[in-house]
Amino acid sequence: MNKKKIKISQIVINIILILMCITTLYPLLLCLGVSFSNEKDILDYGYKLIPKNFELTAYKYVFANPKSIIDAYKVTAIYSILGTFGMIFCNSLMAYPLSRRTYRFRNSLNFYFYFTCLFGGGLVPTYLLYTRYLHLDDTIWVYIIPGLVSAWNIFLIRTSFQSVPEEMVESAVLDGASEWRILLQFMIPLSKPVLATLALQTFLGKWNDWYTAMLFINDKTELISLQYLLQRIMLNMKLLEQNNTMGFVDMTIVPGETARMAMMFVVTGPALIIFPFFQKYFVKGMVVGSVKG
Amino acid sequence: MKLKKDDIIPVKKRRRIGGREWQWIQMSILPVLHTFIFCYCTLPGLLIAFKDYRYIDGILGSKWVGFDNFKFFVLSNDCLRLVRNTIGLNGLFIITSMIAQIALAIIFYELTSRKALKAYQTILITPHFISWVTVGYVVYALLQPQYGLINNMLATFGIEGIQFYNEPAVWPAILSFANIWKGVGMGCIIYYATLMGIDSTLFEAARVDGATKLQEIRYVTLPMLSRLIVLQLIMAIGGIFNSDFGLFYQLTRDSGVLYETTDVIDTYLYRTMRVIGDMKLSSAVGFLKSVVGFILVYLTNFIVRKYDEELSLF
Repeated sequence: MNKKKIKISQIVINIILILMCITTLYPLLLCLGVSFSNEKDILDYGYKLIPKNFELTAYKYVFANPKSIIDAYKVTAIYSILGTFGMIFCNSLMAYPLSRRTYRFRNSLNFYFYFTCLFGGGLVPTYLLYTRYLHLDDTIWVYIIPGLVSAWNIFLIRTSFQSVPEEMVESAVLDGASEWRILLQFMIPLSKPVLATLALQTFLGKWNDWYTAMLFINDKTELISLQYLLQRIMLNMKLLEQNNTMGFVDMTIVPGETARMAMMFVVTGPALIIFPFFQKYFVKGMVVGSVKG
Repeated sequence: MKLKKDDIIPVKKRRRIGGREWQWIQMSILPVLHTFIFCYCTLPGLLIAFKDYRYIDGILGSKWVGFDNFKFFVLSNDCLRLVRNTIGLNGLFIITSMIAQIALAIIFYELTSRKALKAYQTILITPHFISWVTVGYVVYALLQPQYGLINNMLATFGIEGIQFYNEPAVWPAILSFANIWKGVGMGCIIYYATLMGIDSTLFEAARVDGATKLQEIRYVTLPMLSRLIVLQLIMAIGGIFNSDFGLFYQLTRDSGVLYETTDVIDTYLYRTMRVIGDMKLSSAVGFLKSVVGFILVYLTNFIVRKYDEELSLF
């Protein structure tokens, strides 16, 4: 007798969830539809989910001169990968001594890093430091170096190192392993799940970063990140047009609205397809990140 | 055993630095130096807030002006607007996204089919993977005044379209919605994980006592989550002055017309520094933000530590 009641609630729940999924996907699919549309249809009928005339003009237009896109992909991939591995390595380096109870600087170093979580110089001092004194602006290093060490991640990794049984470390010590060896051959491999989760989160953050480029890349346009390129195109379609006037001189309508959306999918599409495969690590990271020691 | 012995040695008696400790020190050098350069070296820059900063004079060479920069900001019209927008909008986001996350977590928990759960979860998490720039494009597709989806739909009903990008009043709602749209799939997970940890006999007991589904949620599920909710709330309040820059900057396309309801401290800091180029004003505001933020984080963390050792930052 209870079964029927449960079924009704399940139906209601499923309807709610399906509606939520539609709200989530519909806007994205709308953009996809626009990117495959004819520019004139958009101007006449507005954005439509299903294009009236399916065509690839917008993509052809975007790819007519792909140099800026390829540059941005290259730069973003390089700094994301280097930055992520560097971050894991540098933070593990600090997390390991902090996880050892007999390290005499443990408490002072804990405070040293903890303080940076509480108080920082803020935007202007950081900006001046990077540009005036360290001269990181207009170099690829500005994406990589500042993010190498983060107190928050150190504490996360430390917690994970601390959960490695002490007997294991001691037996390694008895076998004559150096501390470096313990870190590289025991701690890091044993903490792989946490490190992988952290690495993926960092990678996602770096891949989607536009702020750094907006602040620090001024003249060297070949160094701007993918998302910043996208942002600049949003504000200024002309960036694409300048590149592309060649092949499209005789066209009456230059793709504007459609090319914008095509550009968005060229930039975001691959990530949108790949990242969900790692969904379970991100989900795990959510739980790990919220409960820390 | 060696480790335990070390612990017992009284602190007063200076231990000699052994080989193992040297190696730990070697490991510490790089991260400590990095943090010194990239975090501690920004602190002298805070002095700019009290100076008439000029690029040629540098930080130390510029003239002291006391609290003039602060006075200028506090007396300007921007001050009230910024504080109101920052606390108001972030407060709104904290509440709306929390309600949405908890609701979704409960819905997920009540869903019996594991396979369906997986599918729904995958779809709802998707927006987490795209950047605010891309969300800006998506919002643009919906709100574009001439061709956008919403005005299109309004037109079919014969209603005149709204010039969204010239209409400050609608933006708190748009931003809250976008915030939920991007974050709810990921945000609900912490609540969902907590729900999964609840002893299921509690629900059975409630069912035996004849509780309806809604009563079960009201009297069993929510009380079980209350502790987590309070903690999340306190921690969110600790960071209330840190706005999600991308949300405010990309979605509004940094449109001046909308500043009335969308300009927050972080966007103001960026604008005064990079667009207007007023370093001293920007750093005075940044200084205030750092100090107030410090007090808030410290206080909230103190409360959390009292409340629950394990969850506090330190």
